[in-house]
Amino acid sequence: MQENLLNALRGSGWLPLLSVSLGRNRTDLRSALVGCTGIFGAEFRRFSLERSKPGKFEEFYGLLQHVHKIPNVDVLVGYTDIHGDLLPINNDDNYHKAVSTANPLLRIFIQRKEDADYSAFGTDTMTRKKNVLSNVLRPDNHKKKPHIVISMPQDFRPVSSIIDVDILPETHRRVRLYKYGTDKPLGFYIRDGSSVRVTAHGLEKVPGIFISRLVPGGLAQSTGLLAVNDEVLEVNGIEVSGKSLDQVTDMMIANSRNLIITVRPANQRNNVVRNSRTSGSSGQSTESSLPSSTPNILGSLLQGEEESDEEDIIIEDSGEPQQIPKAAPTSESIESLSQIELLHESTQNGFLPSSELNLNHSAGSISMEYEVPEPGRKSLEEEGTIITL
Amino acid sequence: MRRFLRPGHDPVRERLKRDLFQFNKTVEHGFPHQPSALGYSPFLRLMAIGTRSGAIKLYGAPGVEFMGLHEENNTVMQIHFIPDQCQLVTLLDDNSLHLWSLKQHGGASELREEHRFTLKGPPGSPPSATQVTAVLPHSSREVLYLGTESGSIFVLELPSFRVLEDRTISPEAVLQRISEDNCNRRSCELVEALREHPKNPDQILIGYSRGLIVLWDLRAGRSFVWLSFQQLENLYWQRDGSKFISCHYDGSYTQWPVSSDNRQPEPLENTVPYGPFPCKAISKIYWQTTKNGLPYIIFQGGMPRASYGDRHSISVIHGSQQTAFDFTSRVIDFFIIFSSDPAAEFDDPSALVVLAEEELVVIDLKSAGWPAVHPPYLASLHCSAITCSHHVSNIPLKLWERIISAGSKQNIHYSSMPWPIDGGTNIAPDPPQRDLLLTGHEDGTVRFWDASGVCLHLLYKLSTVRVFLTDADPNDNMNTLGEDEWPPLRKVGTFDPYSDDPRLGIQKIYLCKYSGYLAVAGTAGQVLVMELNDEDAEHVVDHAEADLLQDQEGYRWKGHEKLKTRDGPVRFEAGFQPFVLVQCQPPAVVTSLALHSEWKLVAFGTSHGFGLFDHQQKRLVFVKCTLHPSDQLALEGPLSRVKSLKKSLRQSFRRIRRSRVSSRKRSCWCKGEVDALQEMELAPVQRKIEARSAEDSFTGFVRTLYFADTFLRDSSRHCPSLWAGTNGGTVYAFCLRVPPAERRMDEPVRAEQAKEIQLMHRAPVVGILVLDGRSTPLPEPLEVAHDLSKSPDMQGSHQLLVVSEEQFKVFTLPKVSSKLKLKLTALEGCRVRKVTVANFGSCKTDDYSENDLAVLTNLGDIQIISLPFLKLQIRYPCIRKEDVSGIASCVFTKYGQGFYLISPSEFERFSLSTKWLVEPRCIVEMPEVTSNNHVHNKSGTENGKILFGKSFFSSSLLERKSGRLMEHALLNDESE
Repeated sequence: MQENLLNALRGSGWLPLLSVSLGRNRTDLRSALVGCTGIFGAEFRRFSLERSKPGKFEEFYGLLQHVHKIPNVDVLVGYTDIHGDLLPINNDDNYHKAVSTANPLLRIFIQRKEDADYSAFGTDTMTRKKNVLSNVLRPDNHKKKPHIVISMPQDFRPVSSIIDVDILPETHRRVRLYKYGTDKPLGFYIRDGSSVRVTAHGLEKVPGIFISRLVPGGLAQSTGLLAVNDEVLEVNGIEVSGKSLDQVTDMMIANSRNLIITVRPANQRNNVVRNSRTSGSSGQSTESSLPSSTPNILGSLLQGEEESDEEDIIIEDSGEPQQIPKAAPTSESIESLSQIELLHESTQNGFLPSSELNLNHSAGSISMEYEVPEPGRKSLEEEGTIITL
Repeated sequence: MRRFLRPGHDPVRERLKRDLFQFNKTVEHGFPHQPSALGYSPFLRLMAIGTRSGAIKLYGAPGVEFMGLHEENNTVMQIHFIPDQCQLVTLLDDNSLHLWSLKQHGGASELREEHRFTLKGPPGSPPSATQVTAVLPHSSREVLYLGTESGSIFVLELPSFRVLEDRTISPEAVLQRISEDNCNRRSCELVEALREHPKNPDQILIGYSRGLIVLWDLRAGRSFVWLSFQQLENLYWQRDGSKFISCHYDGSYTQWPVSSDNRQPEPLENTVPYGPFPCKAISKIYWQTTKNGLPYIIFQGGMPRASYGDRHSISVIHGSQQTAFDFTSRVIDFFIIFSSDPAAEFDDPSALVVLAEEELVVIDLKSAGWPAVHPPYLASLHCSAITCSHHVSNIPLKLWERIISAGSKQNIHYSSMPWPIDGGTNIAPDPPQRDLLLTGHEDGTVRFWDASGVCLHLLYKLSTVRVFLTDADPNDNMNTLGEDEWPPLRKVGTFDPYSDDPRLGIQKIYLCKYSGYLAVAGTAGQVLVMELNDEDAEHVVDHAEADLLQDQEGYRWKGHEKLKTRDGPVRFEAGFQPFVLVQCQPPAVVTSLALHSEWKLVAFGTSHGFGLFDHQQKRLVFVKCTLHPSDQLALEGPLSRVKSLKKSLRQSFRRIRRSRVSSRKRSCWCKGEVDALQEMELAPVQRKIEARSAEDSFTGFVRTLYFADTFLRDSSRHCPSLWAGTNGGTVYAFCLRVPPAERRMDEPVRAEQAKEIQLMHRAPVVGILVLDGRSTPLPEPLEVAHDLSKSPDMQGSHQLLVVSEEQFKVFTLPKVSSKLKLKLTALEGCRVRKVTVANFGSCKTDDYSENDLAVLTNLGDIQIISLPFLKLQIRYPCIRKEDVSGIASCVFTKYGQGFYLISPSEFERFSLSTKWLVEPRCIVEMPEVTSNNHVHNKSGTENGKILFGKSFFSSSLLERKSGRLMEHALLNDESE
């Protein structure tokens, strides 16, 4: 991954904003702005920031632009975390995270948006031992390495997460699979089976639903959170007991955009142990990347699901496909809205301010909220009548 | 889920819901599946049919029906009415006997099981000792004679079902009375028949299977013995008791004299009617006397074994007339309706009633040529397999009469005899409206049924075959046997499960009740538009082709070919006559159909796309291909994978039948659950969890089409529009320009795509509906013009309701924004199979009614969901989820009733409404004396308890005597 970074640094206009020596109360920011023409096309600035009052991301962004004297240039902002990973800063949350975990120095990289190489972000993009600068200074080592394409940093999205750890028994695991914008199949199978339950009449064998197979390369397998013979207890907050295999299949497929499965793992040794969670362990457990997800209860979970549920698409008069907006609730329908969990209540649960993300970064980015894949859309734009094989 | 969907606790609404909704399965229409026994009571004039699944159904006058179900779900082997009583006894194949009685309760009669009994032999005896083979309810109504496999005849006291052991007629006792030389030669063996002497209730005739026939005198202990050398099948007494007739395994029957002297009698006559070559057994025979002296001899079977052994026949011989009625399915049993007045001198038979496996056939024996009688009920819905159904409520009287008149022209070959089985009185109120149920069949016919009341009655049959050239010549008649043909077979009945060409099958039906336009679409992409004409006519059917692929290269349809059309004018009988034929190309099965009779447009869709045809100008307006380029399966045709279409259809038919067998065996479920679980572990079934994508197969399959006059483009101007929903969750909306009436023939209809909505969950769209400004569904075409509906509110904003298999979604119009949704599958794991708007009226007040969605899910549940707020109102389990064909066949009416197939031949009718309920309500009158006696009995008990025993005794005696008298009076009345 160093190679990627180096490539990024060398080939494009990365502005590795090396920085930040932290005083007791002040964050010392040192930044370097590298000129675009030189081999080490980087410019450094070093300045400091008050750690206890980091302020908002917007302000910080303005500060960076000011420090580098690029007031009207759109840039991407990244930092290296304590593990040496290059991670994006694009909202208040990850900004605060960056500031709070920086020790002693916060290294900031900025890059012009139009030149952005999105492959740079990710786990292990930096190593703990090597200084970023050393990578910058030895750019030729990795010339021939191909790019590994990683999607845009501002679109970083969770692929899966363990949620509700605090409210579930330790033997259970609630896993959220995010299936949107990816072509990766969900990739798992379920089957009927029987499980032993403790009931009023002692131990009893009851029918249950189990994961029977994981497709190699599928979303389910790649998360590592689900395994064959895990018993499925709930789907998006609804218990599956008493439901047939076909019913559970239909429920899962209907929720496939945002599937939350509560399982009793067949292997109980890897359970999340409470009160021992540490922050900043990105790449180890995804829960840390979603710091506000834990206090979820079922209700907000369902609402979150509503909220993150993709909207349908409308094409008017053979025009561009657009998302169907939500109608403003009329007074007439409010009563019903409150009763049947409708679209409008947007309860922030911290997971996915997805629509905001889209709004913030609409420039030049394909919104991944569109479900129609590119080829499909094209054919629709051609009025759908001409079909080529 | 409940927590989120529970619609508050509004007590007002809850009370209202109780006034609006209520679930009842009300009546089973059609012909019982797998009938196994038949019984008839000349006294009650009721017929009883038992089935292999343990149901018994009683039928009398039209509208008089009762149903009972044995808990055991075993095959009903025999049904016997107790003479002169409202009671009957059934024998099941587990050797149990059941006593059923008709009792009045709450103003109507009900069929109830009173007793059950299984004959037990002495310990250690083989089961055959008590296996009942023949049942004779004695005319005294006090005892039941049971013939068994061992040859013993047990006597059972009624109604207590107590065995009177001292009266058992054992084979040993019989043999004692037989002269020595006979009893050595043969044992008594199985009792085949028990018949009471018509004049002397103390004598019963016993027929043993080896041919021994004994007339047993119960009082005197005397007996007369006849010996036949053929294996015996059945016995029948002549009316005066001077002779009886026996029929035999070798296809012969024998007449025997009965005389009081004790000599060994010789047979009067021994005939093999279809000899001389070996014949099949005659299993049942009637000998009916008439005034003119020539008897009617009616028997089942007896056909020459080699050449006609496979026929299911019943022969009627009357003097020189002889006909062998030839049935298309196995004959279960038959009876003759004749004068039941004991005082009458002759039998004077009037009708022959035959229960075949797939239909009921009644032959009028009074009219020349013995024509069939058109049954008012028990119609064989499945005479060709049902492929679709369509219900139209509240038919205008004019159209109703025209359909009936067209149908009556088809029924001229039926007898004009009134329905002979006419017991009981229908006391149900007249149906509030005229309803039509249309069924499409595999052979290309559409049947119009009167579905207004309890009796589903065939009004008219429409055939689309004439339009096409098929292999089979429609003029090919099965009855073209010459006069000299022997045996004189005559085909009767309508059941014909063989389809000439499966492409003719009807898939979609749409009838406009105001204009009489009918659109019918079939398996090979054919769409016919028809008009009702009261006269025969000969005309050319306009023919158009709709290329749904629009000449795309590179596609190859591997399914069936399109149907060939007949050139030149075609003669059509009075009724619905096609005038336009559109054939889709590729000729895939038509999956959706909509007709707008006001705009004179018909829309149709297949798995490839959809099209709009102007049937006024006879011009194709447009076609739209909905195929996804990668969907190879749809391109080639789903049938290309199956070698033979016929085979697949046959298999599916069989599947329907198989599913039926277990449909009544509900009780076994709990017991088998543990076993089922273990079975599951042995063979785990996997289900793939994968999000649907645009590349899935059959996403272009057009599931629903809908015409609406609404605000499609802007909120100031509404226009005609066509909406289409596909399997892949896409909704297309086309803006239509229909020229005004005066220029309708001059200007073309234009269409332009205005909107396309892609539902993100990509589930199949099964319903599209536009709600007007008052959130009321738009009326049907011409409904407003006929003053039958308020005109829609065009002031307020319209809303679009899209129902997919998984969700209900309401969007605003004309700017599409999502307003409400109800997720069904994500929360409950069930999917929408059928959805309709139904109007529910309150049973308390006449002025309140509301529109709701009636939804059937793949689990067989019915849910009612309110409009426009999409709140779940109530849920009822209706069909077992394993009953796939039942769920697929369900059709809702506009007023909250519905029908679904419980077997290939039976529709179950259900009602969700408190107001619209069609169920049998009838009374079977007991002899009046009996009710008097009840009063007497009552007063007796009121007088004092001490008297009770005595008064009871005397009253039952009285009952017997006066009961008889009254019966005679009653019967005389009827015969006059």
